[in-house]
Amino acid sequence: MGFALLLTSILTITLRAGTSLIYATVGEIYTERSGILNLGIEGMMLTSAVVAFGVAYYSGSVWLAVGAAMLAGGTLASIHAFLTVTMRANQVVSGLSITIFGGGLASFLGERLGPATNNYALVGLVGPRFSAVVIPGLSEIPVMGALFRQDMLTYVLYLLVPLAWAYLYKTRDGLNLRAVGENPQTADAMGVNVMRVRYLATIIGGMLVGVGGAHLSLGYAPGWSENITGGRGWIVIPLVIFAMWNPARAVLGAILFGGINAVQFRLQAGGTTVPSAYLNMLPYLATILVLVAMTSWETLSHHIGAPAALGVAYMREDK
Amino acid sequence: MKLVLHKRETVSKRAVVLVPIVSFAVSLFLGGILLILSGANPLVAYGAMFRGAFGSSVGWTEVLVKGIPLMLTGLGVALAFRLRFWNIGAEGQLTLGAVAASGVALFWSQRLPSWTILPLAILAGCVAGALWAGLPAVLKAVLKVDETLTTLMLNYVAILYYEHLYHVTWRAPGYNSGTERFPEFAWLPRIAGRAHMGIFFALILAVVLWWMFKHSRWGFELKIIGSNPTAARYLGISIARSIVLTILISGALSGLAGALEVLGIARRLQQGVAVGYGYTAIIIAWMAQLNPLGVIMVAMMMAGLLVGGDQIQMRMRLPASVGVVLQGMLLLPMLAGSLFTEYALEIKRPEKLPVAGLQQDVGKEATG
Repeated sequence: MGFALLLTSILTITLRAGTSLIYATVGEIYTERSGILNLGIEGMMLTSAVVAFGVAYYSGSVWLAVGAAMLAGGTLASIHAFLTVTMRANQVVSGLSITIFGGGLASFLGERLGPATNNYALVGLVGPRFSAVVIPGLSEIPVMGALFRQDMLTYVLYLLVPLAWAYLYKTRDGLNLRAVGENPQTADAMGVNVMRVRYLATIIGGMLVGVGGAHLSLGYAPGWSENITGGRGWIVIPLVIFAMWNPARAVLGAILFGGINAVQFRLQAGGTTVPSAYLNMLPYLATILVLVAMTSWETLSHHIGAPAALGVAYMREDK
Repeated sequence: MKLVLHKRETVSKRAVVLVPIVSFAVSLFLGGILLILSGANPLVAYGAMFRGAFGSSVGWTEVLVKGIPLMLTGLGVALAFRLRFWNIGAEGQLTLGAVAASGVALFWSQRLPSWTILPLAILAGCVAGALWAGLPAVLKAVLKVDETLTTLMLNYVAILYYEHLYHVTWRAPGYNSGTERFPEFAWLPRIAGRAHMGIFFALILAVVLWWMFKHSRWGFELKIIGSNPTAARYLGISIARSIVLTILISGALSGLAGALEVLGIARRLQQGVAVGYGYTAIIIAWMAQLNPLGVIMVAMMMAGLLVGGDQIQMRMRLPASVGVVLQGMLLLPMLAGSLFTEYALEIKRPEKLPVAGLQQDVGKEATG
């Protein structure tokens, strides 16, 4: 039974570590499907994580905190949408500046939102959190029982991922969204409001990224600490490529990276002689490998599904 | 009546100067709102920041201390951005530059004549930074792997390695962290306060790059590749070679920043090398519109914000990150404003007799 228990524990940690990644990956897939590349995820996740923890700490409600995090993520995303859609700014630079701004704002809020007794800082405080809700019966299944020992935000994913997939591929709105990302001129001619779709997709994507940030400070690593994301917001970008812009496949990449986290965790708990610094490099090195693999595969003339108009500003030819 | 955007034939000179200034004002205004919300008087806070940075000789030298790595990483990033190569790995390149310089200063001192150590340490820093940037450049040039992500991921790898070195492998006996102090002949001389000779490297390199961009064939190639890769190919420019060479230099500049930092300030490898200069460099390069001389000016301004932020933390007990938030806010109005350097806004009244064919099809040009 020892092996099954080990597998169960690895799968449990994988899902816990992967939850924030899945939310953010699905969000970014929606954004990129409309043709907008948002590199601001890291900053959006940091800001929403600090906002979520602050709101949970004062209100005592984790769900209110998730709402606030969605608002924070959506607000930052709307700045990106304004800059790239309306002002036609370079999408790479705009995303980078959202990340830099969001990171700075998160540090500032983390040093300012706390109670006077803690020197106005949020670091080191304990607040409400999402704890695991064990579902009786189902959680007893060997190995797969791990799926039913998760927190509420992870359970929401079991619904969200299929819905996100169905919306994108089975509805008129989803078709319009994909059309805007593939060929905005044609979509425009068909009567789709390109600007509106791009704004909405970017903001909804940002709200989902916000939930991912909230899961970090309320579920995975409860509390606030500087740089709580540790680059997760960046890892999402290659995860979107890995998922080939399909929300259903977002799970695979997130499980891969959650799995790396889990193995790291097990090795460290098991007292390995490999220095932890080298183990901690694994997710970043794996990201580079995934990128190299996906890019080479695409070069060998396999279409991996990148929206054709990704990163290109659209301007109606008005005279 | 209708508002219409026209792509300008040439970039507006007035907008190039005005946009950064207006952006700075807007970010001060937005930052002011944040300060009011956190219960501080923004005018008092800004005054204290300004005096803290530029109101005393100590302030000035500290601005230089932060300015030197910002100038060098800013130059490195601006160089890469000219190619539209999004090198956001300056932080990691700087860190490994500091690591390599420290390695030379710590371990080669017994084997080589002491006068060779300082130049060799600086050179090692440049080489380390160049190689760390070179890896994503080769991946981009050969396999077309997206450089934004590879350069960024390598930051985390470099920082973990550097932390491991000063915490474990190179840790001086009797310390919790940090290496031995370097031998004195490996110290980079200081000119005033903690400000060191690195400023001359930064200024000279900025002028050299500015001249090269304007007058050399290399500068011309960068311009063509950055603005029109297809034209570059027709002109027989090897894009892959150009990318790799240019990014090696870009990384070397950041590596140099790290080497000078560690040889001139702490003079041992310890905490505090990777403090975000490499990310601020992105803001600097963009605000300076990729102009090397502009980089020097903007870097000084950004260093002023950082030093001022530290000052108000000490005096007004406000978070030092005010400076970082202001920096982050700078780019947003700047990006919005850059529309006006490339496009002209025109108010159009409905025309009575539209003459087809006579109007230039400006809209088409703008989308392409």
